[in-house]
Amino acid sequence: MTNKLLKGALGVAAVSAVALAGGIAHAKDAITIAVPSFLTGGAAGPFGIPAMNGAKMVTDAINAGKLPAPYNTKGFGGATASVIPLDEGGGATKQVAEYRNLVEKRNVDAIVGYISSGNCQALAPVAEELKQFTIFATCGTPRIFEESARKYVFRTMGHATADNVAAAMYVKEKFPDMKGYTGINQNYAWGQDSWRDFDLTLQQIMPNTKASGKTQFPKIFAGQYGSEISAMSLDKADLIHTSFWGGDLEAFIFQGNARGLFKKKIGVFTVGGTAAYRLGKKLPNGLVLGARGPYGILVKDRDTVLNNWFVNTYKNLYGTYPSGPAYQYGQAILAAKIAYDKAGSDATNEQLADALRGITFESFSTTIEMKLGNGHQAATENGYGITEYDSENGENVVKDIKFYPASCVLPPEGQNSVDWIKGGMKGAKC
Amino acid sequence: MFNDRTAKFLLLAAMMICVGGAFAPNWIVNQFMFGFSRALAILGLMVLWRTGLVSFGHAFYFGLGAYAVAILDSKFGVSDVFLRLMAGAVVAGSAGFLIGFIMRNYRDIFFAMLNTAISMVLFGIVVKTESLGSTDGFAISASTIFGLAPETKYPLFVIITLVGLTAALLVNFYLKTTFGKLTTAIRDNEIRVEYLGFSVAHAIHLKYTISAILAGGAGALMAMSLGQVDPESMINWTVSGELVFVTILSGPGNVIAPFIGSLVFEILRTYAFELAPQAWQLIMGATFLTIIFFLPGGIWSLIEKLGGKKNEK
Repeated sequence: MTNKLLKGALGVAAVSAVALAGGIAHAKDAITIAVPSFLTGGAAGPFGIPAMNGAKMVTDAINAGKLPAPYNTKGFGGATASVIPLDEGGGATKQVAEYRNLVEKRNVDAIVGYISSGNCQALAPVAEELKQFTIFATCGTPRIFEESARKYVFRTMGHATADNVAAAMYVKEKFPDMKGYTGINQNYAWGQDSWRDFDLTLQQIMPNTKASGKTQFPKIFAGQYGSEISAMSLDKADLIHTSFWGGDLEAFIFQGNARGLFKKKIGVFTVGGTAAYRLGKKLPNGLVLGARGPYGILVKDRDTVLNNWFVNTYKNLYGTYPSGPAYQYGQAILAAKIAYDKAGSDATNEQLADALRGITFESFSTTIEMKLGNGHQAATENGYGITEYDSENGENVVKDIKFYPASCVLPPEGQNSVDWIKGGMKGAKC
Repeated sequence: MFNDRTAKFLLLAAMMICVGGAFAPNWIVNQFMFGFSRALAILGLMVLWRTGLVSFGHAFYFGLGAYAVAILDSKFGVSDVFLRLMAGAVVAGSAGFLIGFIMRNYRDIFFAMLNTAISMVLFGIVVKTESLGSTDGFAISASTIFGLAPETKYPLFVIITLVGLTAALLVNFYLKTTFGKLTTAIRDNEIRVEYLGFSVAHAIHLKYTISAILAGGAGALMAMSLGQVDPESMINWTVSGELVFVTILSGPGNVIAPFIGSLVFEILRTYAFELAPQAWQLIMGATFLTIIFFLPGGIWSLIEKLGGKKNEK
């Protein structure tokens, strides 16, 4: 018994000695990055898993120093990063609890990820409270940086306003005869903001069109849209706007297609990109398709060294082309590398935030300018195209792709999105 | 009230936990706050369970308590911890009292499902209403204590522990009164209880209201310790299921059990989430099955066995 105790005590002492020694060392050799994304539930397949794949692929390449120039230095400020995957499911409250665990219990160095706007909105104040360097990869509500100034939180892609202003502009260009429009959006921050921005923009640029009085707001992850599809089929509007994403998006496409909804109406899918590779022939032709920016199928053929590396490496590793979430998580990891390279692997959260604030960098598919929200919110171009099934190669393609520059679809620094659109989008350079 | 073994143990344990919390790392303090907040609701469910009633809808009261705090905060700027707690308990308790008039007439599966139905109505309303935060819910500002804003979570942790202690002592005392002793009697034979001169409906109504007050208080405390509410984590049927899960995990043997069970649940979930991000639900489910198969009396029966039934009341 005493022997056992003695051994145990010795063991503990040894472990703590090692831990102490580790704590004293200066420039770190290893950092941990927590990457939350949907790993369970309906959003996992189309969104969470590609996102996680993108993050892991880019992290591995950075650790090995295999990214194309100018990112071909090894590691994050020289340190090797390990990714801690984390499930984003279960609601915002659960995520708040888990976020605290990440920071206070597991002591991660950086947190990079999050898909759901609901989660980001709940976590931004917690990140600020805990002073934790955090990069939001995908979530889209503009409220995060418009409602209050952030110090430790960043977002490396454009927000919902860009998606929906660009969608409205694309509609005006391609369907000038459209008379009325309706929408089906999830009843939470993302869906509400998306519809509001799309509706307000159309009021400005196509004042002769009319929004339907019966727009649909089902619950997120509802999965069944029978009654909504019936209501929209009977609606006089000839265009349907939706910001559905992930499993909800695919369910809606299947159910709407079966009832001929997209033959009667023009479908505008602001987050449709993920479905293009997954649904194959089942994706209807003639949908207006966005990918929340220059990602996924919209930039598949963009011929730059970085993009070619991203597309080919992803295809080799996972057997499909990278969709939007893969790009978005990949570029968020890349932003973390840039911050660490600048501030050093032993940098504090403040130093990391200072390093990322306001910079401009080349991402895999586009240029990212961190110029909104005091340098915490990215501005990028945004684009749309129209789906068509290419029966020769057996895959979906997107035609008539048009990109709008960031200065055209996002409000200038310091302006609230809704006020900017309502004021006639002053200062937009298209 | 204080002179049985359980009460003495509770007082001693609460004191030790309060002192220990001052030295514990933040994440452990968090686990205790979440665990003890939930334990309050489990205490209420335990009273019902002893009566032979299982509610699959107590997230209704839990959610009412949490949303009472959220709405007081976002619409009226109330941040005092005691006002918030009172509001949660009073709102849920009044709702429980009113709904109790219906519930006291139902037993078994009908009781369980009727509770689920009511909770899902609230869930539907909250999800569809943008001014109630729809699916996003609300962030809740930090609680103040008599106008003072504490820098750490420790004061809130002490308050939660003391509220838990008070509730446990009161329920322990209640279970020893005549009315309290009717719990098991009703489960065993309702007709006999009526012949003894007691109204079963009244007794069940009282227990139902007590459980609603406790669940409301639990929701309020949980909302304050998390700083966030949303319908998925506070009102959905999965939350009701979670409460029943923890009740069974704890076992009905003693008022201490809910506190131990809730803590075990929090820690289990944290580690399941950490070790198996893609399959954490599987770990929770497997634990549940193990408990049902091998420990039908919950964790408390294990403690009883180990302690040679010393702790039995």
